[in-house]
Amino acid sequence: MELVPVYLAFILVLSIFLGFELIAKVPATLHTPLMSGANAISGITLVGAMLAAGGGGPDWVATLLGAAAVFFATVNVVGGYLVTDRMLGMFRGRKAPKKPDSP
Amino acid sequence: MTPLAVNLAYIAAAVLFVFGLKMLGSPATARRGNALSAGGMLIAVVATLLAQGIVELHWIAVAALAGAVVGALAARLVAMTAMPEMVALFNGSGGIASLLVGWAALFGAGAAAGVGAAGVGAFTAATVVLSAAIGGLTFTGSLIAYGKLGEVLPSGALLFPGQRFVNGTLLVALIVCAVLFLQDPTPFSPYFIALVAIAGLLGVMAVVPIGGADMPVVISLLNSYSGLAACAAGFAINNNVLIVSGSLVGAAGIILTNIMCKAMNRSLANVLFSGFGAAKAATKVEGEVKPINAEDASLILEAASAVAFVPGYGMAVAQAQHVVQELGELLEDNGAEVTYAVHPVAGRMPGHMNVLLAEANVPYDQLVEMEDMNPRMANVDVAVVIGANDVVNPSAREDENSPIYGMPIINVDHARTVFVLKRSMASGFAGVDNPLFFGDNTRMLFGDAKASIAQVIAALKG
Repeated sequence: MELVPVYLAFILVLSIFLGFELIAKVPATLHTPLMSGANAISGITLVGAMLAAGGGGPDWVATLLGAAAVFFATVNVVGGYLVTDRMLGMFRGRKAPKKPDSP
Repeated sequence: MTPLAVNLAYIAAAVLFVFGLKMLGSPATARRGNALSAGGMLIAVVATLLAQGIVELHWIAVAALAGAVVGALAARLVAMTAMPEMVALFNGSGGIASLLVGWAALFGAGAAAGVGAAGVGAFTAATVVLSAAIGGLTFTGSLIAYGKLGEVLPSGALLFPGQRFVNGTLLVALIVCAVLFLQDPTPFSPYFIALVAIAGLLGVMAVVPIGGADMPVVISLLNSYSGLAACAAGFAINNNVLIVSGSLVGAAGIILTNIMCKAMNRSLANVLFSGFGAAKAATKVEGEVKPINAEDASLILEAASAVAFVPGYGMAVAQAQHVVQELGELLEDNGAEVTYAVHPVAGRMPGHMNVLLAEANVPYDQLVEMEDMNPRMANVDVAVVIGANDVVNPSAREDENSPIYGMPIINVDHARTVFVLKRSMASGFAGVDNPLFFGDNTRMLFGDAKASIAQVIAALKG
């Protein structure tokens, strides 16, 4: 049991290196979608929020905190992915047919 | 689902996040990458809902439905020019969610195993402190950034005497509260409440002294914090998918922050603490500006075979991206080679100008980065500067007293002719800190950027 934090730290360190490698070569053109797409991933805290809200915990305050967390994290996840998709839908190459302007 | 199955699903989710981020690195695959990453999120969420620990669903259902509606509406309705504020708000909501998850973990909620209701271990308590502090700071910092970007709050840098002392005191108070809380980590510890309040206050204090032009750095940094907060929450509840995803986002945000700082030739500390823009002492240059009207401008553009547009925040403010694209297309039909040279920190968030131009149907292969544009600048007949100032200011190269000295710029002054679109300026001799305006090859086109370009288009067509 005492080794668990160490394993978690192991995961942390490797993921940070992976993140640096993944992002380092993104062209400036895509910085905004990258940022908002990454932001949507940080909404993963939704998983923790659901465990807190639905765990049938001993204290109703914890459930309430969890429910509030579910709300905010869902805003983050749903809004983040949709807005990123909307932006990326506008990036097109030279050959692609033109889409009529959306209102 | 058994804990084993849930964790296997988390691995699948993490793999999809990694591939999704990888594919976000190229315009051709970015949209699929984002969808892939959303698929990963769906897997993680569904697996969690089916986990043995979830015994009641109604709270989750109500909160998730409300959140989904709010998020979807916001994403659908936001104008592209308001994207920096939107991203700031999403960052903030992620931050406060992590704070709340950490807090709930103090009750033993959400934790994997081995935690009683009576209290939590020292390690968990310490990680709760981190998630609450980072999450709270991200939340209030993002709200202030939102206010500044949306111009609900004054967008300039707010400095007052003793600012550093106040911030230092707050930081010490935060640490003291954390230490006192860790002596007896109960959910309603007054020290914990105080810690959350101080973290919130620190978030406000951290963003208040940062001026509008430095916002790209702040947004990237807050993005990084929102990931780190999720990561800390992951430690608090022993959840590896939170740790993996949170640290991926944290790393991404730090890289972007670093790119933004480099593009301004400043250190992160300098951006965060100096209140740039409040005390400029550049050498004022004097000279005579040479105005031009739309008709003459259209004649020069008609004869040009290479035209580069250089947009800045002013283009976003004037909502001029659509007319700019129209002009670009006209010139292309006329046989000119048209490019859009984008400085990394043009606008209020990383890549701001690219998004606006993409919205206006500019194909991404016409969007050229600063390093690729500068060597070609001597072959450009006309460089059209729209609402940009610092990023094309030659004193960054030449004037050692300039506050932006050393910052890489787009060398529009190397083009054969430069048009600078500017709202207004005292005519004749005047002191300004941008010598570009007095350049021999510079012509000033005064007026609202959108209206000026519309006039040029009309003249070209007429």
